[in-house]
Amino acid sequence: MKMTGAKMVIESLNEERVDTVFGYPGGAIMNVYDEIYKQNHFEHILNRHEQASIHAAEGYARSTGKVGVAIVTSGPGFTNAVTGLATAYMDSIPLVVISGQVPTTIIGTDGFQEIDAVGISRPCTKHNYLVNKIEDLPRIMKEAFHIARTGRPGPVHIDIPKDITAQVGNFEYPKEVNLPTYKPTVNYNKRQLKKAMIAISKSKKPLLYVGGGAILANCGHEIREFAKKTNIPVVETLMARGIMGHDNPLLMGMLGMHGEFAANMAAYETDLLISLGARFDDRVTGRLDEFASKAKVIHVDVDPASIEKLVKANYPIVGDLKVTVEGMLESLKDIEFNDFSNWVALLKEYREKEPLRYIDSNTVIKPQWPIERVGEILGNKAIISTDVGQHQMWTAQFYPFSFPRQFITSGGLGTMGFGLPAAIGVAKGNPDKVSINFSGDGSILMNIQELMTCVQSNLPVINIILNNNYLGMVRQWQTMFYENRLSETDLSIQPDFKMLVESFGGLGYRVTTKEEFDAALKDAVEKKRPAMIEVIVERNEEVLPMVPNGHALNEMTLIGDIDE
Amino acid sequence: MNNFNHYYDSETIRQVISVIVINEHNALSRIVGLFSARGYNIDSLTVAPITGSEYSRMTIVTTGDKRVIDQIVKQLNKLIPVLKVNEHKNVIEKETVLIKIPINQPISDVEVIARAYNGHIQNVTDDAIVISATDEPHRIANFTNIMNNRFNPLEIVKSGVVAMER
Ligand SMILES: Cc1ncc(C[n+]2csc(CCOP(=O)(O)OP(=O)(O)O)c2C)c(N)n1
Repeated sequence: MKMTGAKMVIESLNEERVDTVFGYPGGAIMNVYDEIYKQNHFEHILNRHEQASIHAAEGYARSTGKVGVAIVTSGPGFTNAVTGLATAYMDSIPLVVISGQVPTTIIGTDGFQEIDAVGISRPCTKHNYLVNKIEDLPRIMKEAFHIARTGRPGPVHIDIPKDITAQVGNFEYPKEVNLPTYKPTVNYNKRQLKKAMIAISKSKKPLLYVGGGAILANCGHEIREFAKKTNIPVVETLMARGIMGHDNPLLMGMLGMHGEFAANMAAYETDLLISLGARFDDRVTGRLDEFASKAKVIHVDVDPASIEKLVKANYPIVGDLKVTVEGMLESLKDIEFNDFSNWVALLKEYREKEPLRYIDSNTVIKPQWPIERVGEILGNKAIISTDVGQHQMWTAQFYPFSFPRQFITSGGLGTMGFGLPAAIGVAKGNPDKVSINFSGDGSILMNIQELMTCVQSNLPVINIILNNNYLGMVRQWQTMFYENRLSETDLSIQPDFKMLVESFGGLGYRVTTKEEFDAALKDAVEKKRPAMIEVIVERNEEVLPMVPNGHALNEMTLIGDIDE
Repeated sequence: MNNFNHYYDSETIRQVISVIVINEHNALSRIVGLFSARGYNIDSLTVAPITGSEYSRMTIVTTGDKRVIDQIVKQLNKLIPVLKVNEHKNVIEKETVLIKIPINQPISDVEVIARAYNGHIQNVTDDAIVISATDEPHRIANFTNIMNNRFNPLEIVKSGVVAMER
């Protein structure tokens, strides 16, 4: 069929069954926007900043498991999107991001709103394209979705010059992708898996170390099964929260810099670390040469480059995680394991001796409390996104996550300003859940304009601002490691958040007591409107436990070390 | 047991890698970008289309410890347009150098030395002679040194290494 390049974009999105697109128009992408106006395949959400369009697409992708889509214009539109691309890239989130470009005749002349978009996006995308010929467009669209969602997922960027979207060409959407150079490994090596299983059977203190790859591969069920059948304890990374479910008796908590004592001790004492979709990030391992130093390592990852990037793997296994854990389950019938109940009991003892906790107060709300409280009231009815800082760590620690994709956070890049737009994507993709964003008084101002998107598109995102009048996480480091020199982290002067959200047309609350918080939350949930609950919290609370930078996981500062 | 000694003791090695990559306008920048973004070395790089195909071959000479070389190979393999990455073990390596020497230098000496390195005089003008030599990279390095020390060359151009498995 003959049609313009712009129409081809729309038709391709339809072929990919895209139901939601986030974006922001501009000169170079206007042909595409004109077609968006005419179509009724998908809904377009108008964000108020391109960075937010990408984060919203991420929130949508992270919570639903589908590919997120965003469309932006050339030049500043694209450069605004870069932080979003980098955020998605670091966390391996499948996205297709389309940008307009100046006409091919102008490329290279420093034309108005021209920028080398593919040059800029190269290091923060899984792959990218500049469309030179209209004939290539359908193929590139097809490849982009395929590359985004297969193998180790990631963002793919397509830059389309304006004259290409205006030209008319023949549209036939390819049925199959033909990429001889791109064949991600799905099936693991059987002999290697067998060796790994034998290693487990010889082990006395095995530990499942589960990372964000488990969420991406949708294998929560299989991992829970494997843990249950073998009685092997599990620790989750920040990005894997929700895999086991908070009340699973084999879950020993989150590990890492702000992980639980039991989880970090488990990594310290294990004799066989079974890494499933985790990548040994420095925020997780602490001092690398002491991480799991008594253990052999089974390392399962879909990305061969992740294996042995940081840690020697005695049993490397490349394959899709779901397929591999299914294989591990399958092989259980041939293998006998030790009884791990003493090991599990030891870790449980650690958990009881040093549980995650905070010292509550009668005079001021402690920041952990509203998080726990939302967990009590909404539990698995909510999907939780966060910004970056102390509130993010407290959410990871204290919210009772019970299913994968319930916790949406920027792990790899740690992007402040992520939470609100991501919650927009969550709300759009999960209308049956409550979309809650926990944010700090610093982070929320980085994409506050997205309140307008919530109001215009009728998305009942509830933002809970834990206001400590500080850039709290940085303040904590200054307190602990810079002799309390609070350089540029004091946020005593802040807007009136209640008035701010009301001026956008949302619901505003300012609470200083637990009763007020409960009432505000109830009201916001019932009214199903965009809302912001500002909670005035203890200013100087620290995130604990903490493994100071450069220390080993068993060298933790615990809560008792501070309050005594 | 320590999972990391494996990497910490390893010494720096020189590795010749060839990369077969689809001819597309971004391919070279993707590969060079990977090296610069991850802090890997490129000692030399040559690229040319493979006759009768839609692919090009790049020959990259790099240095690093075993962990770095492993990562380079894996990360290159990860790039979508890369078809194949070869970590060469047993290769014939060749490099070409062009050297321009002022005409007032002792020409017969130049020629004798050049011949020892499979070199030839390529061109002579009123001002200068140009010699070329093609040989193994370490011999080309020697040759270049000698010429540089003795004959005040006006210009030296090296091609970078090309390699082929024996
Ligand atoms: C875009 C960006 N800039 C800077 C940082 C560094 N940073 C990490 S946490 C933090 C403080 C966050 O403060 P706030 O949002 O108020 O949350 P709190 O730590 O107080 O909970 C900063 C500045 C970052 N992660 N992202």
